[in-house]
Amino acid sequence: MTARDTILASIRRSLGVSGREAPRRKAVADRLREHPPGVVPARGKLAPKSRAELFPRLAAMPWQRERTLEVKQGASDGNDLAAVSHAFGAVAESGTLMLTSGKDNPTTLNFLPDTHIVVVDADDVAGDYETLWRKLRERFGAGAMPRTVNWITGPSRSADIEQTLILGAHGPRRLHVMVVGETE
Amino acid sequence: MTLAVTSPAFKANARAAIADPQLQGVLRQGLGFVDRRQAAIDRLPEFDALRDSARDIKDHTLAHLDLYLEAYEERVRAAGGHVHHAVTPEEARGVILDICRKAGAKTVTKGKTMIAEEIGLNDFLEANGVVPVETDLGEYIIQIRHEAPSHIIAPAIHLNKAQVEADFRRVHTHLPENRNLAEPATLLAEARTILRERFLAADVGITGANFLVAETGTSIIVTNEGNGDLTQTLPNVHIVLATIEKLVPTLEDVSQLLRVLARSATGQDMSVYTTFSTGPRRGDDPDGPAEYHVVILDNGRSTMLGGEFQDMLRCIRCGACMNHCPIFGAIGGHAYGWVYPGPMGAVLTPALIGVDLAGNLPNASTFCGRCEEVCPVRIPLPRMMRDWREREFERHLSPVTVRSGLALWAFFAKRPRLYGLMTAMAARALALLGSRSGRFRSLPLASAWTRDRDFPAPQGATFQSQWKRRKR
Repeated sequence: MTARDTILASIRRSLGVSGREAPRRKAVADRLREHPPGVVPARGKLAPKSRAELFPRLAAMPWQRERTLEVKQGASDGNDLAAVSHAFGAVAESGTLMLTSGKDNPTTLNFLPDTHIVVVDADDVAGDYETLWRKLRERFGAGAMPRTVNWITGPSRSADIEQTLILGAHGPRRLHVMVVGETE
Repeated sequence: MTLAVTSPAFKANARAAIADPQLQGVLRQGLGFVDRRQAAIDRLPEFDALRDSARDIKDHTLAHLDLYLEAYEERVRAAGGHVHHAVTPEEARGVILDICRKAGAKTVTKGKTMIAEEIGLNDFLEANGVVPVETDLGEYIIQIRHEAPSHIIAPAIHLNKAQVEADFRRVHTHLPENRNLAEPATLLAEARTILRERFLAADVGITGANFLVAETGTSIIVTNEGNGDLTQTLPNVHIVLATIEKLVPTLEDVSQLLRVLARSATGQDMSVYTTFSTGPRRGDDPDGPAEYHVVILDNGRSTMLGGEFQDMLRCIRCGACMNHCPIFGAIGGHAYGWVYPGPMGAVLTPALIGVDLAGNLPNASTFCGRCEEVCPVRIPLPRMMRDWREREFERHLSPVTVRSGLALWAFFAKRPRLYGLMTAMAARALALLGSRSGRFRSLPLASAWTRDRDFPAPQGATFQSQWKRRKR
């Protein structure tokens, strides 16, 4: 008997089930297909304009006009001071960014540079996480995910020494969010 | 070779903790988590509804765990990942070492995982020629001190900054002696620099998982430092070590749980980094691991299903129960003597290592009920501690003094008239003896009480006689 069979047999013995019961299988299949949302806090259900306003906004970032910057594309090797990424979306409920890994969005950029600048379209600022999961399923297909989805809510921090909160533990010391454009 | 168990010596451990001035200094500061949790909850009117939802999701998942496990494995494989199973800690260690050897790994970085503590992974890897490097700041500190974590989300909470400074000077000998390490910020900066090299040099990264999502075959880690992300993104191989009860059905379900997790733990609305990992890097990904392995460990949990301790498997390891526990606040986490301290440890530890070794832990409670009150998934912790006490009593594991004391009390309790007579006599005698000051500075057989505080003298009548009089 493999370890897998042993564990499944033990679970089924404890629950008093065989694993072949039609109602149980249906309950699981239904939930995976329908993914009910549960309790979604009202704080995320705002008009589009105020959704964007919940975000800390950085209107004018001077790096755009800066001509002395050395600009690279791709993953970071740990020697970059600043990185710019594009967010798949953002969630007003908790000021959270959602970034997906892929050809144009290396995950290392989210963690290695000291300063992380994330650009998000105002239209992609959602009220709650559930809205972005719906969008993600539309983009990648049901049951599929990119290798990495990062929810980012502020710069890296630690309070492991005497409960003193310090920014920039292992990841970025600074996080700038640029909300681009206006919501319709 | 799991972590040495000192739970049988709980009483001696607790006494030592209370006599330790450094530890008491740290504990006296209290935990900032408590106030921040309350503030976060006050900002979210739906918090209690979310707790019900979180409990229901976990109950539903546990009742269908076999099927969700199968669905999850299928999705991991579809995304190009490998799933391994381990019934025992020994098997889990073997599987992990095997993956490390195949990868030719010399050093392994680790994100914070309590399961690795549970299976004693670090010592095992080290003994087999693979160097494990803890990367969470707190975990790094206790690793260089060769200690176990004292709190499940704040592993080095028992230390002050002077102790950390001494350890950094002892271990980081290549750095100038006159450097300034007086502040948490300079200590963190030093750890950041040293660990950055380790991140970039590691061959394998090992993380735990806060959740596994059946819908997508995804593992999730939640951190504030970003160490877990560097651990799982930079090396060529990412190993996830998780136990069976981490499963949840869907992305929506895990979003419900995430809404209560950080608020209950640190009082944040959301932790800084919540990362969803699904399989290895894709064809056109510029970074990420080439191999993705999940090691699913049981270690006795499947036998907790369907019984009086199943509810414990709902636990999402936020630490709220220990943050609010008066016992934990008085003695810290190490006194509990194994991996999991506080109320959740008092229930989980006997289930994992046996009530014969851990019987002291469910007794280390005042039953004030705070733990259950703050639990984000509403685990009835006091009820389960009582269940463990009953099991301990049934198996004749309780100490002789407890058993004979209970027998004596039971003798009188079963004879109400005798009970009333004896307590009335005792109350009157004590009232007479203590009538001058109204209190006793010492009493025979009650030195444990009177050592630290006076014992108030009874006012004369017993509760029962007063009750009778008032009913008239």
